[in-house]
Amino acid sequence: MESIAVKINGRGITTCPGRTILEVAEANGIRIPTLCHLKGLTDVGACRVCIVEVRGQFLTACTTGVADGMEILTDTEVVRAHRRTIVEMLFAEGNHVCSFCVSNGGCELQDLACEVGMQSVRIPYAYPRHRVDASHPRFLIDRDRCVLCGRCVRACGEIEGARTWDFAERGSGVRVITDLDVNWGQAETCTGCGKCVEVCPTGAIVRKGASNAEMGKNPEVVAQLAERRSHG
Amino acid sequence: MERQIHIEPVTRIEGHGKITVFLDDKGDVRDAQFHVTELRGFEQFCVGRTMWEMPGLTARICGICPVSHILASAKACDAILAVRIPETARLLRRLMSLAQLVQSHALSFFYLSAPDFLLGWDSDPALRNVVGLVAANPDLARKGIRLRAFGQEAIDRLGGKRVHPAWAVPGGVNRALSEEDRAWMIAGLPEARATVQETLTLFKSSFGDPKERGVLGEYASLYMGLVGRDGVWEHYEGVLRIVDAKGHVVCEHDPARYAEIIQEASEPWSYLKFPYYVPKGYPDGMYRVGPLGRVNACDRFDTPLAQAELEEFRGRSGGRSGRVFDYHYARLIEALAALEEMAELLADDRITSPAIRAEAGVNAREGVGVHEAPRGTLIHHYWVDKDGIIEKLNLIVSTGHNNLAMNRAIREIAKAHIHKGKVSEGILNRIEGGIRAYDPCLSCSVHAVGQMPLVLNIVNASGELETTLSRD
Repeated sequence: MESIAVKINGRGITTCPGRTILEVAEANGIRIPTLCHLKGLTDVGACRVCIVEVRGQFLTACTTGVADGMEILTDTEVVRAHRRTIVEMLFAEGNHVCSFCVSNGGCELQDLACEVGMQSVRIPYAYPRHRVDASHPRFLIDRDRCVLCGRCVRACGEIEGARTWDFAERGSGVRVITDLDVNWGQAETCTGCGKCVEVCPTGAIVRKGASNAEMGKNPEVVAQLAERRSHG
Repeated sequence: MERQIHIEPVTRIEGHGKITVFLDDKGDVRDAQFHVTELRGFEQFCVGRTMWEMPGLTARICGICPVSHILASAKACDAILAVRIPETARLLRRLMSLAQLVQSHALSFFYLSAPDFLLGWDSDPALRNVVGLVAANPDLARKGIRLRAFGQEAIDRLGGKRVHPAWAVPGGVNRALSEEDRAWMIAGLPEARATVQETLTLFKSSFGDPKERGVLGEYASLYMGLVGRDGVWEHYEGVLRIVDAKGHVVCEHDPARYAEIIQEASEPWSYLKFPYYVPKGYPDGMYRVGPLGRVNACDRFDTPLAQAELEEFRGRSGGRSGRVFDYHYARLIEALAALEEMAELLADDRITSPAIRAEAGVNAREGVGVHEAPRGTLIHHYWVDKDGIIEKLNLIVSTGHNNLAMNRAIREIAKAHIHKGKVSEGILNRIEGGIRAYDPCLSCSVHAVGQMPLVLNIVNASGELETTLSRD
């Protein structure tokens, strides 16, 4: 097999082409924070949290393939500052109030904020107006807490094959929808499998009836399913 | 010349408020008003949220009595689910309600109010606080602090945290009580009970004479509180009872239909609304809630020590008491009752059962939860759509019920102590003390906890500032 040499944070690593920077870093015990990335789903580079520096350019580690001679910096002061700003932007464009959130204490966004050292949000909050959709008998979506990572869209399409979830609108108006923008309870394609609930990193898509801090999730389920399905 | 005296902010209470005393040309008191100057807006921003979030969300109304909001909210949600919660959940909720009563009453008595009457109304303001109490009577202060800590720790052990425990949920509670935590509470009860009994003895020996207890004014009013079967003192369930100044039952009402007997009036000078008893109209329908309201409304306590104290209290007061100062007395009796009932609940083996939650969907479009918070009757009323999204809510908070009575109290005290425009710091402290006796929580009532320096502005009729007195 062809092998290539890269450097991550000055450390020489031999790997093979066709792998992403994130995969190589993880295989070598180098931590890069992620949010939209989830093992078992196609990477899309939606959240930009995994940015790394390659010759002065900032690239997403989850969607950039390694190349021979590539020198990658994952943890410089500038990279850390950008990552923190990206996380602050995620907070500023939603309505994330941890104190009464069902996912408080079990939220990937909350963990990420701690990891990147976010002390406050320096960007003005957008305070978007969203309506909670609790029309599904077992689940609900609160778009106030959606970070548009698209995990629900990918899990529904790639693993369940239902394609109930998709994106609508453009720019700052983008939101996830069910079917052709009907209430979730009326979405005929939804099988009620609950994979979107498990993979959603925040308290946006949750089990109905869960109260404050009660929402535990198991996002690893999609990787397990993908693995089992690959074996026929 | 007409003058106004402003006490702003009022200290050693929870939240921000101010008092204005209006003097006439002779310098005598014409009127006095207690203004609540905060605005919170929970009744607006909860709209659109899910009912399952409401206990956790409305808990944030208050950092002192979040448990009361959580319980009232969970009860309103139980009504929407249309379920009867498991017996263990009911017992556990009662237990937490009592732990909350203990810690909150200890806070009000030892931290906020005792410095006034144990150190003296006219004592040095710099030392007239819990730190001064520690210096003057370290043993009592230490016991008071430990009493509050016991209540707080019990809440922590039940709900996983001291403040805002997201534990009571629609349909029950989400965590069973462990045998270890049960044993810890049982072990702590004797010391807590001894502290309350000792403090009651001290209180009665210092203020045995009803005249001394008249220092913060005395007036007749209606009293309201939940009562159980046979008119027994209640804090978590039962019927809403209103009695008159003599203790005669005026009405006993289904709490879910509170709106038939209680309505709210507004005044332009306060953000806090003025609830009143409908048949008597506004403002004659003034009633009082909280420790004195409950103790006056009930016929008896179900526990022996508290019942003996109630009999003595009624004996010393000549029946029901209308004295504002007796809020402190009633608070101590309630703390004793709370510790006694905690012991009974903890002795019941059902308390550690894991059957603690009923699951259900939205089965009613409206739900009312009424609970006795330490400061008085707390009402949460929610309307939801078919999916459980809040469409409207009404919160009537303990401090609100006492709004008319607090205004009456400061007017009485001001009239008794201010003559010919002579105002001293000690007199102002008595006026504040009248408010403190009700242990108001302004943050709750208008749906910030803070101690701020007191500033007194005397403004003349032309609106010019005449004098400013301040203390840090």
